[in-house]
Amino acid sequence: MILKYLVEKEFKQLFRNPIIPKFIFAFPFFMLLILPMAANFEVKDLDLCVVDSNHSPYSERLVQQVTASGYFHLSKVADTYQEALASINSRQSDILLMIPPNFEQDLIREQEAKVMILPNAVNGVKGGLGSAYLANIVSDFNRDIRAELLPAGQTPKLSGIEVTRIFKFNPKLKYKYFMVPAIMVMLLAMITGFLPAFNIVAEKEAGTIEQLNVTPASKFNLIVAKLTPFWVIGFVVLNICFVVAWLFYSMLPVGSVLTIYLFALVFVLAFSGLGLVISNYASTVQQAVFIIFFCIITFIFMSGMYTPVDNMPIWAQYISDISPLKYFIQVMRLVYLKGSATAELVQPMLALLGFALVFNSWAVLSYRKNN
Amino acid sequence: MEKMNVQKAAANWKFFMAFVRKEFHHIFRDKTSMLILLVMPILMLVLFGYALNTEVKNSKIAVYDPSRDEITRAMVEKLQINNYFILKKVLNSASEAEKAFQSGEVSMVIVFSDHFYENLSHGGYAQIQLLADGSDPNTASIITTYATTILSSYQMELMKTGKIPYQITPEIKLLYNPSMVAAYNFVPGVMGMILLLICAMMTSVSITKEKERGTMEVLLVSPMKPLYVILSKAVPYFFLSLVNLATILLIAHFIMHVPIAGSLFWLIVISLVYIFVCLTLGLLISTIVDTQMAALLISAIGLMMPVMLMSGMMFPIENMPVYIRWIAEIIPARWYIEAIRKLMIMGLGFSAVIKEFAILTGMGVVLIVISLRKFKIRLE
Repeated sequence: MILKYLVEKEFKQLFRNPIIPKFIFAFPFFMLLILPMAANFEVKDLDLCVVDSNHSPYSERLVQQVTASGYFHLSKVADTYQEALASINSRQSDILLMIPPNFEQDLIREQEAKVMILPNAVNGVKGGLGSAYLANIVSDFNRDIRAELLPAGQTPKLSGIEVTRIFKFNPKLKYKYFMVPAIMVMLLAMITGFLPAFNIVAEKEAGTIEQLNVTPASKFNLIVAKLTPFWVIGFVVLNICFVVAWLFYSMLPVGSVLTIYLFALVFVLAFSGLGLVISNYASTVQQAVFIIFFCIITFIFMSGMYTPVDNMPIWAQYISDISPLKYFIQVMRLVYLKGSATAELVQPMLALLGFALVFNSWAVLSYRKNN
Repeated sequence: MEKMNVQKAAANWKFFMAFVRKEFHHIFRDKTSMLILLVMPILMLVLFGYALNTEVKNSKIAVYDPSRDEITRAMVEKLQINNYFILKKVLNSASEAEKAFQSGEVSMVIVFSDHFYENLSHGGYAQIQLLADGSDPNTASIITTYATTILSSYQMELMKTGKIPYQITPEIKLLYNPSMVAAYNFVPGVMGMILLLICAMMTSVSITKEKERGTMEVLLVSPMKPLYVILSKAVPYFFLSLVNLATILLIAHFIMHVPIAGSLFWLIVISLVYIFVCLTLGLLISTIVDTQMAALLISAIGLMMPVMLMSGMMFPIENMPVYIRWIAEIIPARWYIEAIRKLMIMGLGFSAVIKEFAILTGMGVVLIVISLRKFKIRLE
């Protein structure tokens, strides 16, 4: 019974706050509206600088094929390497394509020619993807040329392996489909992590914590009452995210929404528990925020949200295991994009349940009614 | 008259120093916060610098190989040589691919056509299908390119007798970051992010805390000009940020081996300007809102996401739609990161970063003017 009143008190306190209710609605909406458009690794319109020292029909055709691909924008035609490098340095160009002086002669007589691709690798993604695209276009061009030059039926032995690529779940490789589910998790984590972290410590600073401590409510009831509003908030935030994803990105989960709700429930429980733990230990709002900030930003970067966990060094992969975001982002992507069913998600569920259990028992244990 | 002015200036200076001392006491007495502020940037730099890695490695693959002949087996072997791929699963039918993707076990499935070697040696034609998990678009396109390259170089090896006719080989040479060390990519970005967020968070609480506790009144009735009240708030944090900057640069250079190819002097100068901008951004926030919670919501949550995603730290700004780019242009970190990349990694001189320098200085001036205005309004 006392729990009911405590929960009521928490809700009132939360919604009487001048900022928080607005924040809960506006923040996820605008962030999900803007961020996926900014978070775009799709490398398009790379500025290309060409040094064509050959000026033959073949080299010109290659350049034309590259610019027609849609991935590159010809920003400069340079005569020398120095000139081309200067255009990289001034950021006029991102990538260099150098065609050597005897390109055509080598290709026709020696049947073997080279081109050089020099990306500015300061931005690794752009450098890596840009050169991969460019190399692919060169090899497409190569295939066409070979077909033209080679008399029919003269394909040498063993040369006819055809490699085709098919991209499942996201055939056009749209980056936003990758980011939207992850950004949803990030928003959920921020709101249900930061707000509880403020909560108890704010009562400490305001002195109202004493009033709570003299109530006959048990520590368990106090913590449950503190947590309940954040479930509701998490639910609201998640639904706002669903609507934005559907309206602006035409994304609906391929899998079941119920699966996502189930995971979100456990995730929010775990995360708000963490917030409360921090709030129990911190003595000022400032400390609480610094710590939760550090936790959240570390969880985000270690979660594989931006770069796959597989790419990390082994020690970093172990650290990534303690990021609850890693599991929920995995699940969101699996369910949203691939329609994975609950049975395939047992392992992340166990991990999240583990976090929820640890953080919440810790929150109850570390809450001190007497100073 | 002259003498009076000098005396007045001396008095002002004394007041100012007293205020600065007071702020220092505030900070040093909260040992926990100070420790967090000094240790957090180091941890973040090291963790994120190593963890953010766009170099795709250890991708898990599955193979469906109905013919299981020497060539297909050799191809699967080849794929695993350079740690790019790890064979996780051997499928018994092509339809199992779906399942393997849905469980998230593998990011690519390689499907060989039936009677691979037979068809290749007799008919001269065989097929390999690379099914990649497009839900992670970059990894998908990078691993399919890797796989194609590895497979075709194996094919070349196979045809010992002759070479593939009319072959054009693209030679790729990476400029400025030849070994694609991931730290190079992200250290400037992580530096920009850490400094901005921490500086803004530190100062945004400083004035709101006084407002909440009611001690602001005391400051307002002092004979100090508002400008000095504001600046005295920033000075101690400026020193703290200098310590952070020094540790960050030392760790980046000596532990993570990020080069400082350009001028160290200008690197430091531009960092100082940037720190000033970030601190005044925090001050501005704290003059606008009344509670610590609001200040921290704005400076921690509100700034974190845009700085992470829109500063060019991860995602190239050129890729963004125009109106998103407008927002990106007003994020100080965007200019700082650009400048740091030029100075540290590309080794360009000051002339290359004049624009960034001017913009950051301009932002500093604008921010301090606005916060002063806002602050004055509260005085009335």
